[in-house]
Amino acid sequence: MTMSAQSVPSGSPLGGSLGGGKLPVRSFPSPAAKRRLTSLFWGLVSVGLFAAIWELLWYVEVANPLLLPPPHMFLQDIPGTLKFFDRSNKVGHMATGGGATALMATAGWTMFRVFTGLALGLVLGTAVGALIHYIKTFRNLALGTVLLLAPISPVAWLPVAIFVFGIGDVPAIFLVFITVFFAIVLSTGAQIASVPKNYLHVARIMGATERQTFWRVILPAILPSLFMTVRLNLLGAWMVVLVAETVGVGSGLGQITNMARATFNAKLVFFNMAIIGALGFLSDWALREFQRKTLWWVAPGEGASR
Amino acid sequence: MNRPISARPSVSIKAVDKIWTPEGRTPVEALRGLEFDVAPGEFVVLLGPSGCGKSTLLYMIAGLEGVSGGSIVCDGLPVTEPSAERGLIFQEASLFPWLTIADNVAFGLSIQGVLPVRRREIAIEMLKRVGLGDMLDKKPDELSGGMRQRAACARALAMKPKVLMMDEPFAALDVQTRSRMQDFLLQIWRDSGASILLVTHSIDEAIALADRVVVFTARPGRVKTIVPIDLPRPRPTRDPRYHEYRDMFTELLAAEVDRAFAEQEAA
Repeated sequence: MTMSAQSVPSGSPLGGSLGGGKLPVRSFPSPAAKRRLTSLFWGLVSVGLFAAIWELLWYVEVANPLLLPPPHMFLQDIPGTLKFFDRSNKVGHMATGGGATALMATAGWTMFRVFTGLALGLVLGTAVGALIHYIKTFRNLALGTVLLLAPISPVAWLPVAIFVFGIGDVPAIFLVFITVFFAIVLSTGAQIASVPKNYLHVARIMGATERQTFWRVILPAILPSLFMTVRLNLLGAWMVVLVAETVGVGSGLGQITNMARATFNAKLVFFNMAIIGALGFLSDWALREFQRKTLWWVAPGEGASR
Repeated sequence: MNRPISARPSVSIKAVDKIWTPEGRTPVEALRGLEFDVAPGEFVVLLGPSGCGKSTLLYMIAGLEGVSGGSIVCDGLPVTEPSAERGLIFQEASLFPWLTIADNVAFGLSIQGVLPVRRREIAIEMLKRVGLGDMLDKKPDELSGGMRQRAACARALAMKPKVLMMDEPFAALDVQTRSRMQDFLLQIWRDSGASILLVTHSIDEAIALADRVVVFTARPGRVKTIVPIDLPRPRPTRDPRYHEYRDMFTELLAAEVDRAFAEQEAA
């Protein structure tokens, strides 16, 4: 055998960028931590640069501080700003001037609506998608309607949500639900169809019933990419929840936006925007962590099932 | 029959035809009039040019595909549906990435309702047998290609199959791993007592492993000839008879490949 020609083993540490991460060479900080620190560093630099340009525009009097107050202004009087946040989740309630806890409560309600809507969309979307895929009569009856409703912007559903569910949490949750539901319904069928045939062969040879095959082979095989669909729609979910809160809920961060606009409070607008940005970033991180914990067989950043 | 068969054949292929009828296209005849038996505990290699339908035959014996004509009888019973007694191993290990190696091996047992403690015991036993005793709680991604294929063997063996079918199981592995896997497979074969049907297009693999080699013609696949390999194992690669076999198979296959090409060009 021509061993010399293949003297470099395929799992060589030099080529170990994929999967071969657990190698005896241990350094501190670990390569993963180093990568994370580097990206954190550049993230901070990026945000810092953005703030600096803004501050500069204010300094040279291009940006009007009444309309576009730079970060040092809207972050200056946080206790004063927090007076506008309210601890309760009541519609039309006057702000009771609660501090950090009120901010947390307001943000918490918004987050609750986002995540409840996403979870409902994932579960019901998968269920309906699977029914469409497996039951021919249901497919014939439902698919046309799904295709008709899918391209309608969730915002267009807002009046419907309010007509049907009234004012409160439900219309906001419903809008988030709509944002992911149709995308999940449509991708479920495609995902089921692309489950590797050999997985199904193995299940059949082992004597699995159709039900067992669905719950124990097909569902785990398609979940990673469905979850990826949820993650991709997270921004959309944040968008519609704020719109819903502005119009149909009367509490949450969207309501703060609306109030700040109505009272011409630019500082509050930007403070609120900063909070929304941070929460949006955090919720993507949370979904990623959730994926890492529960869908542990998928490499981070990868959504496909092989 | 090429050799006297003492016991009831483990697999009996009787005048089997297979015709594919893809929607809206002309039907393709994949296999025509196949006829041969596999004795209990026999190692049979199916050798032929690609596209000759030898993999299709495995899928039909496994019960995953129906026959278009003739019948397949295993242990006296016609094959109508898949069974864990007829294990099938694919070119890719096809382990479930969401299960640990031990849980993958125990998958069939859990389908059959074997209790978790017992499942674990069997999985450990099987993984030890294939030399993966310390990989129980690893994920499939953490194993090399050869290890994954051994785990797939363990998964099939856990069901105590009477026939083990392998569809080019080592084709995706590098040359060194491949020859190690062949030794490993012979050991598994002796331990388990199962009949093995292995599809390959590698002549060396066929001579290294088989009791008998079934050579297929190009499409439509028919049995061109059946050659018993009368060499002791491990097969002596320096023996002149080894090279006689090699030359014979090379010649047999070359004729079929030429025919397939000529047909493609005519079409």
